[in-house]
Amino acid sequence: MKTLNISQIQDELIDEFAMFDNWMDRYEYMIELGKSLPIINKEFKNDDYLIKGCQSKVWVKADIQNNKIIFKADSDAIISKGIIAILIRVYSGHSPEEIINANSEFIDKIGLKENLSPNRANGLSSMIKQLKLYALAYKTKQNNE
Amino acid sequence: MKSFENIDVKKIRKDFPILNRTVNGQKLVYFDNAATSQTPQVVIDSIASYYSSYNSNIHRGVHSLSQEATNEYEESRIKFQKHLNADNSYEIIFTSGTTHAINLVANGFKKILNKGDEIIISQLEHHSNIVPWQMLCEETGAIIKVIPINDDGELIIKEYEKLLNIKTKIVFVNHVSNALGLINPVKEIIEKAHIFNAAVLIDGAQATPHMQIDVKKLDVDFYVTSTHKICGPTGVGVLYGKEKWLNKIPPYFGGGEMIEKVTLHKSTYSGLPNKFEAGTPNISGVIASGVGLDYINNIGLENIANYENKLLNYATNKLLEIENMKIYGISKNKTSVISFNINNIHPYDIGTILDKHGIAVRTGHHCAQPIMDYFNIPGTVRASFSFYNTKNEIDYFIESLKKSISMLS
Repeated sequence: MKTLNISQIQDELIDEFAMFDNWMDRYEYMIELGKSLPIINKEFKNDDYLIKGCQSKVWVKADIQNNKIIFKADSDAIISKGIIAILIRVYSGHSPEEIINANSEFIDKIGLKENLSPNRANGLSSMIKQLKLYALAYKTKQNNE
Repeated sequence: MKSFENIDVKKIRKDFPILNRTVNGQKLVYFDNAATSQTPQVVIDSIASYYSSYNSNIHRGVHSLSQEATNEYEESRIKFQKHLNADNSYEIIFTSGTTHAINLVANGFKKILNKGDEIIISQLEHHSNIVPWQMLCEETGAIIKVIPINDDGELIIKEYEKLLNIKTKIVFVNHVSNALGLINPVKEIIEKAHIFNAAVLIDGAQATPHMQIDVKKLDVDFYVTSTHKICGPTGVGVLYGKEKWLNKIPPYFGGGEMIEKVTLHKSTYSGLPNKFEAGTPNISGVIASGVGLDYINNIGLENIANYENKLLNYATNKLLEIENMKIYGISKNKTSVISFNINNIHPYDIGTILDKHGIAVRTGHHCAQPIMDYFNIPGTVRASFSFYNTKNEIDYFIESLKKSISMLS
């Protein structure tokens, strides 16, 4: 089975969201995507894995298998859960390099630009930053080995 | 049949240009008045008029423009003096806001407090009312004691009485809680504190939009508020202080205006109010704040309070019909603020979807984390009404809230 690269997954998401022409359907779809979020183990839902800068709590953990980073997460707010689910769908299962080099323009293109408003931009930017930091940490670890 | 409205809300709304705008394609429903009130055209015009006709630095010029600006600025001071029923206009200090005013007083107590002295605050306080005092305690070795609340969000006065003793130097409490809207029994709190010669600072930011404040009747030592909560522009605060206290505490900011004589080695300070108004103030803001105050007084605070109370009761009853609704701070003595949650739905989610409907509410801890900790919640949805909101807006809010809940369940 051919696995998609980050860019292809982003295009897939853009196509999916393009089916909706109003905010309610887009948000409902995002909430739906949130339901298939790979959930972080309970024991990791503590301050060590909490993303700073969100009005809601979002926890993310990263593990590495065969040079692919696997992210798991959870949130106590449904919309945040949807957003992190989308980000994980895009960035999880790829090498540290790919994650570090990937852009996040797709957020705008799937019509969730309002989630980039100053208050929420904190949350969204913090989430992307955290995923990339994990990737950077793993890359650095690999370089040192 | 008695009309719901005792004030002409339709006419009033025409005074507020922002109420015509749309948000996310929907008519704006602004229910975040506890954060900041909207601005009537007369206040907007005042600011424009200042900059187009008499912008000039105040207190220091001999020329006419400076005189005009100074007169307007000082007239605003007198307006606030009369409004609060202060004895003297020099007991009214203009600051950049309530937070600045509180810090000014806290800083003033640096020399007054000794190690082991006590400061009393309440569990209801906004962070601006907690942090400056914590900072003060770190510097002076004073200790903070906290008046607890009960499950209804009310201050437990019996516990407050137990906290008071001869070591208490200052007590500080908000008149109305920003997170819950509850009105605190400040007169009683002040009387009891004075038995021990403790000063009392009341944060009136959430009270001044809804009720008449009489600082003499309250016998309060310091009373603070922000004018952007009462139809004024942002960036202006008012500190009332009893003359004896304002003379006792040292200045906060040093600079121009607040001096009598300056040499390179030493300076002597001005009298009141200049001692606390260093630098060029927010001149247009202060003048416009006076215009905002006049606007409110023309409608009448009692009329405003009556109408807002009707909105509060109507909204509360409608909300209580919704399943899994929890309202925090149920009390007969409240301003028009409702803090609530729908069980198992995060307030942030509700606020986000309501925003899509054009409805502005506040979500989160409202800078009152201790209250949220008490109720063990991450935050609440807070709807706060003003005299330009309507029953129809509340109906729309309830309808949108129900839609949000079904989307998020």
